[in-house]
Amino acid sequence: MKKIEAIVRKSKYREVKEALHGVGVNFFSYWDVTGLGNEKEGHVYRGISYSTSDIQRRYLSIVVNDDFAEKTIKAILESGATGDVGDGKIFVSDILESYRIRTGEKGGDTLK
Amino acid sequence: MEEVVKGIENINGVLDILWILVAGILVFFMQAGFTLVETGFTRSKNTINIVMKNLMDLCIGSLGFWLIGYTLMYGDDLGSFIGIPTLFYNAPGEMHNLFFQTVFCATAATIVSGAIAERTKFSTYLIFSFIMTVLIYPVSGHWVWQGDGWLTDLGFIDFAGSTVVHSVGGWAALIAAALVGPRIGKYSADGKSNAIPGHSILFGALGVFILWLGWFGFNGGSELAINGESANHVSNIIITTNLAAAAGAMASLFLTWAKYGKPDASMTLNGALAGLVGITAGCAAVDNYGAVIIGLICGIVVVYSIEFVDKKLKVDDPVGAVSVHGVCGALGTLLVGVFALDGGLVYGGGFGQLGVQAAGVFGIGAWSLITSFIVLFILKKTIGLRVSEKEEVEGLDIHEHGMEAYPDFRLNEH
Repeated sequence: MKKIEAIVRKSKYREVKEALHGVGVNFFSYWDVTGLGNEKEGHVYRGISYSTSDIQRRYLSIVVNDDFAEKTIKAILESGATGDVGDGKIFVSDILESYRIRTGEKGGDTLK
Repeated sequence: MEEVVKGIENINGVLDILWILVAGILVFFMQAGFTLVETGFTRSKNTINIVMKNLMDLCIGSLGFWLIGYTLMYGDDLGSFIGIPTLFYNAPGEMHNLFFQTVFCATAATIVSGAIAERTKFSTYLIFSFIMTVLIYPVSGHWVWQGDGWLTDLGFIDFAGSTVVHSVGGWAALIAAALVGPRIGKYSADGKSNAIPGHSILFGALGVFILWLGWFGFNGGSELAINGESANHVSNIIITTNLAAAAGAMASLFLTWAKYGKPDASMTLNGALAGLVGITAGCAAVDNYGAVIIGLICGIVVVYSIEFVDKKLKVDDPVGAVSVHGVCGALGTLLVGVFALDGGLVYGGGFGQLGVQAAGVFGIGAWSLITSFIVLFILKKTIGLRVSEKEEVEGLDIHEHGMEAYPDFRLNEH
């Protein structure tokens, strides 16, 4: 089992979600995150201009069986890209075990 | 025949009282507008504090003005300077006037709240609010509106209170904001001004709509009658009021669009208020053209004034109260001397009226600045004006009031 974590543009979230559904990944968790980056955004508030390097992105955490990992990653890479700096990152790590709380069963079947 | 005439007089009297009551109710609602503008333009951690300040200055004003403020303002004249006070005003047949003037007084008091938002001690604010409503506001109000005050004798025109209400509040706000000092983080060590964005432009906008609505009562009600020809006067006042507000917002919109590249919502909202404050003195003395020009001038000046107060004076006024109420109140009062159909400079009236307007602006301005400085300086040296650094950083709501405004509220984007 693999955990695939992806940080994507909020504006691309919808396409990423649809691409994941397209390859059979139907459940995952996500949350909104703020990070620091090279991008600077200019703002004006009541006559005072200021810029912030705080960047808003959406963080997806997906756990899949090994045979799903490659197509999951491919789906995110294709759907999340704009070609501009700031499209985000994908991190892949191993997962030791998975349990279904309702039944207590464990293993790869719990991800189906 | 005699009975018919008497009957009509009765109806006229009733209509006048009805209009004053309705207008007073509209002005009362302006408290909600102030609450929303101030909370919207500040951070969510201080919301309850602002709600409580606006609620309590209304309560303190209502009780204080009944207790002594009303007669200090409208009691028999003493030396053209002050009314002879009597306690617990209760003259039969005069309660509509007490109500109408009470809500005006509360307006003057509540202006200060926004300028000192997010760092001022609640208890200190309550004390200052009481002194504002029983002393500072009634005395200068007496000079203009009681009928025998020295500014009335000079021929000073401030129909609904650009100076009497708004400037008095605005100058007190300037002193208060200067003495309490800027919010933590507002100015960098090198003196650079930093933006502290407010938490809801929606609240700010709703507040401006409510204030604008209330202003029809504020200015229209100041005719103090609606029978016969007064009905047309009130209609004219409501139109000049509305035109000036619209012109003020337009002026700020285009000016900020040109200056900052984008039309600034919070400044445009201030622009509408600037137009409203500006027209309040002359709403019955100018025509529609004059009203639009006054609105445009105030809408432009308010933007530069907000920047001047923020970047040059380095006085931290989160909502722009000093500029909107103090500066545009004074400016609108002066502009009566320019655009009044009767006696205004552009209508060939010469500089006489303008000079009288200046006397009123400076006289009342000095009164408000000096008295509020004395009161606030004493408060600063005794109980203190400011909350602790920890309270300010973590929010006045949790420390001064023991609760949060939005304990279970979270925005989900998209």
